[in-house]
Amino acid sequence: MQLSAFQAGLSAALLGHAVHVPWVSALESQPGFAVYRNTVLKGSIDALQANYLTVCQLVGEDWFRAAAAVYVRAQPPADGLLMDYGVGFADFLAGFAPAAELPYLHAVARLDRCWTECHLAADAPAVGRDWLAQQAPDTLPLAQLLPHPAARWAWCEEHPAYALWQSHREGLALTEPLEWTGDGALLTRPHAEVTWHPLSRAGMTFLDACAHGQTLEAAATAALDAEPTADFAALISTLLDAGALIPTDSRPG
Amino acid sequence: MTPCPLTAGLGLKPQHYDEALHCSAPGLWWEVHPENYLADGGPRLAWLDAIRAHHPVALHGVSLSLAADAPPNAAHLARLAALARRVEPAIISEHLAWSTWRGQYLPDLLPFPRTHAALHRIADNIARTQDALQRPIAIENPTHYLHIDGHDWAETDFLAELVQRTGCALLLDVNNVFVSANNLGFGAQAYLDAFPLHAVTEIHLAGHHADPVHGNALLIDSHDAPIAAAVWALYEQVIARTGPVPTLIERDDQLPAFSELLAKREQAHSALAKPLPQEAACS
Repeated sequence: MQLSAFQAGLSAALLGHAVHVPWVSALESQPGFAVYRNTVLKGSIDALQANYLTVCQLVGEDWFRAAAAVYVRAQPPADGLLMDYGVGFADFLAGFAPAAELPYLHAVARLDRCWTECHLAADAPAVGRDWLAQQAPDTLPLAQLLPHPAARWAWCEEHPAYALWQSHREGLALTEPLEWTGDGALLTRPHAEVTWHPLSRAGMTFLDACAHGQTLEAAATAALDAEPTADFAALISTLLDAGALIPTDSRPG
Repeated sequence: MTPCPLTAGLGLKPQHYDEALHCSAPGLWWEVHPENYLADGGPRLAWLDAIRAHHPVALHGVSLSLAADAPPNAAHLARLAALARRVEPAIISEHLAWSTWRGQYLPDLLPFPRTHAALHRIADNIARTQDALQRPIAIENPTHYLHIDGHDWAETDFLAELVQRTGCALLLDVNNVFVSANNLGFGAQAYLDAFPLHAVTEIHLAGHHADPVHGNALLIDSHDAPIAAAVWALYEQVIARTGPVPTLIERDDQLPAFSELLAKREQAHSALAKPLPQEAACS
């Protein structure tokens, strides 16, 4: 038998597709077939669980693994880099009928995904407050900064997704009821490990503008248009201290 | 200064990073799956760099899919080559198995009929990999759970032929031999007698357990238990013939305390260090 024909038949059978071919049936009838079938499914589900820790905490392991099994069949891993598996899981949860009672779940999943992307992204030296102090007042408005390759920011309009996510990530008990309004998150990697901060709507808009190559003045204007009451000086301090920005001439190393 | 010869190594687990970094056991080395470190940056690579600054490291791939009827993914090979340049591993290894097919990754090490055509394809895939990495790799004998029809080659002959054709080395997993012999009903000793031991540059030892339904008729290569006494016995026979070969204690699940892993590692280290009375000078 051709190697490609063998692979096509065995992979289809392992992924649960009905393959009515005698040699495949002969493999499926052996006790050892289940070892491969279980390992293939378990490997993908384990990877998804490792990458969506907070979602798993919110729904419990049984619910998570049942949902993951559905996702794994719909969007199986494309390669062996399982530490990066599950890019579409938040969108999947948004349309997953059994998750309808937890309408914030996909937004929490998006923050788990932000963590993974932040964790794996390229290194680059960030600018700090010293950079700001060195800029001449007349050139600063036209200066440009870019988001750090590891910086991720996400806003949820309807739910306090970040507050929920943060409390689970930090193992905090919610001592008082959450104020049920939208919120935003910034994830960065200022030193070795991923860190997170709340981020205002102005901060979201500012980072979006920087990502599009706008000058600091244009980005600041956009941020204050989005949230006129924002404390812009405090926002810039938060971004610089978090290592969220790099100079435009920095190349990821 | 002559580098200290590698004796027994351990799989590097994130839970044990700090202890691994500061462990100074002579001859110790660490094995990692490169797939866990093919990041663009960040803490994983920083940790691996730190470990590498203190210890030799081996890269043990699980997803090159060398036994697929397709060449290994060029982008993956390029990233693997970049990682190898970064950590300068003592050994790079992969499996005689496949795991990707038509854009889909099945996280396992899957079997195939050892045909003449498969030999050509796999030899070509190994050659492409070695060209990309600019060095030989070691190929590991897989664990078997299924009787498959249509083999043209015994596995030991197939491996010997791959060595002959590509100049690759071999990674002998003694637990895989034991588990496969049990599951497929052949003699582990006869398999090892036929194994091209001259090409072995690394040995793996791991634990297994009986299938919960089928019991000892179906052993699972689970890496979640201590190494069986029978596997230790086969191992000692192997190294009596080969002399010292770097040996990895594999433990991926139900991780015990670091001190317990180190004690098991010491057992292999002692067996390997016996023929090298001058070894203590390396510490």
